[in-house]
Amino acid sequence: MRSASLLGTVRLGWNSLLLHKLRSVLTTLGVLFGVSSVIAMLAIGEGASEEAQEQIRKLGSRNVILRSVKPPEDLVRGAESSRVSSYGLTAFDHQRVAQTFPGVRRAVPVRQLQQEVRLHDRVLNPRVLATVPEYVDVTGRPLSEGRFISAEDQQRFTNVCVLGYEVARHLAPFESPLGKRIKIGADYFTCVGVLLPRVPLGTDQPAPGADVTGEVFLPLETAKRWFGEIQVKIRSGSREMEEVQLHEIIAECESDEAVPLVAAASREMLARNHTQQDYEVVVPLEQLLRAQETKRIFTIVLSSIAAISLLVGGIGIMNVMLATVTERTREIGIRRALGAKKRHIVTQFLVETVVLSIGGGLLGIALGLLIPIGVEYWANMRTIVTPTAPILAFVISAGIGIVFGLYPAWRAANMDPVEALRHE
Amino acid sequence: MSGPEPVAELRDVTRVYRMGSHEVRALDGLSFTFRKGEYWSIMGSSGSGKSTLLNLLGCIDRATSGSYKVRGQEVGGLDDDELSELRSREIGFVFQSYNLIPQLDVLENILVPLFYQDDPPADGEERARMLAERVGLGARLGHRPMELSGGQQQRVAIARALVNDPAIVLADEATGNLDSKTALEILALFDELHAEGKTILLVTHEAKIGERAERTLRLRDGRIDEVVENRAGLTAAGGGA
Repeated sequence: MRSASLLGTVRLGWNSLLLHKLRSVLTTLGVLFGVSSVIAMLAIGEGASEEAQEQIRKLGSRNVILRSVKPPEDLVRGAESSRVSSYGLTAFDHQRVAQTFPGVRRAVPVRQLQQEVRLHDRVLNPRVLATVPEYVDVTGRPLSEGRFISAEDQQRFTNVCVLGYEVARHLAPFESPLGKRIKIGADYFTCVGVLLPRVPLGTDQPAPGADVTGEVFLPLETAKRWFGEIQVKIRSGSREMEEVQLHEIIAECESDEAVPLVAAASREMLARNHTQQDYEVVVPLEQLLRAQETKRIFTIVLSSIAAISLLVGGIGIMNVMLATVTERTREIGIRRALGAKKRHIVTQFLVETVVLSIGGGLLGIALGLLIPIGVEYWANMRTIVTPTAPILAFVISAGIGIVFGLYPAWRAANMDPVEALRHE
Repeated sequence: MSGPEPVAELRDVTRVYRMGSHEVRALDGLSFTFRKGEYWSIMGSSGSGKSTLLNLLGCIDRATSGSYKVRGQEVGGLDDDELSELRSREIGFVFQSYNLIPQLDVLENILVPLFYQDDPPADGEERARMLAERVGLGARLGHRPMELSGGQQQRVAIARALVNDPAIVLADEATGNLDSKTALEILALFDELHAEGKTILLVTHEAKIGERAERTLRLRDGRIDEVVENRAGLTAAGGGA
């Protein structure tokens, strides 16, 4: 014999909901959109922050990057007296960081040159970086083929270069560029290696006119010999010369704990030795922490928006259930007269609300899982659906059913049977 | 009074409604005993207290004072749950407007009182099928109330009122919504049930229907006005059985 079992009650609730299909479906929409927006927003937020963190991690979370920054024009020392503006990090800065800072394992100097790169008739304006052999180790960049700059290259000022993946593909799309003689500026350099692709280092804007972002690496000493310290930038109609010894110093720390110390020491040292703000210190670890903080705030904001939409959905359900209770007053009276206890009535209406909200929740989860896929496909953004998001959404939707169903159900159960039976 | 066991005993029952500042005595010190197998009609003009009496007998309302016992059990001290359980076991309601539950089919509607019992009988469904057969709806178990005529719906309601084998069947203007032919069929069904030994209380304001019962209890101003033995009812019962 079926008694007032839960299964029976659920079936009963389901039948009652089927009696008003359109209304039931419309009622679930609030929860549906609430839940799907929770999942979708969390997935997009998670994806965006993960992408940011990954970029920072690729920069090397144990690295501290000192970078030359061009000060505003009128502040550049000697800008009026001579045509050469001089600013930025110096070899001296590099020496100090590399040799005197405790906690620094090694420091890699990088110079950036404004040179055209050409192989046969293919021309590019990539970032031409002059650096030392340790660069690949410090930045963790793997080689695709060949080798990187060697210590011997440095000592003997050999004319070799290593191409970034994008540059290699553009200059020599059909064959290996290894052994090819690449024209950089006015001189020829033999290609000895190609790096694997990755996100471009740092946030420097690509040289004007560059149609492909990419990198070409030269031995630092060779570059000094061929290109000197002064660079000529040709902008529309005007010539501009600047002297920058080093564009970047990448200091690799011995441990994560040393990172903040090295960063502080670098800032202090640069502040003491530079008369103008022609540098910046970038600490990926700090950025990582900041990114995590940003992510936390982002998540809170998104969750509040989602919570509000769920609240609205819940109120919608409550509204409909209150109307349903009024509409079914007579049915409640009949059931009470036939022996239903208050808890039976509470359960009946609560089950209906929970079925509605869970139904909306499940559809919302389905939609919420589809949205990130669509976003990845069309907006080309990374999204990550954590397993907790759908579970959380489901629990919340069931909770909404209970919370917002309780009052209507309570009202139904506490009706006077005599009055309820008289209700038309 | 002696005779068969009492199923519903009222002792000095008073029911007072508060209507704003003044009080209305719907029942005023009423004492009466209904016994097993009796077929009563309760009559009276509107305001005589017959609806109030029906609600009290059906345990959906409580007396302001006095004692009411169903099969010897005192109702006054029961809490809401116990009262509900008592209804699901001892009371069978038949309403004027049938009052079937629209989202349930015939079989499920008949089963509703058992559904709410704390310890429902194992053979409930079997009993419901038999009762549906008994009232002539054995072939329509899967139909929804909307798909049935008024007479058929009232038959389902009667089967529902019998499924828990109640102490009393309370019929409140049970033929009020039916055409005269169908009403007669339903009354004939009551006669048959009476012949089978069921205790039936028929509340009505129509003298012709009231006369079908064995005896009539006539109320006036919340008190018993008169008790009438109906020969016509006896004859009809004999004819229907």
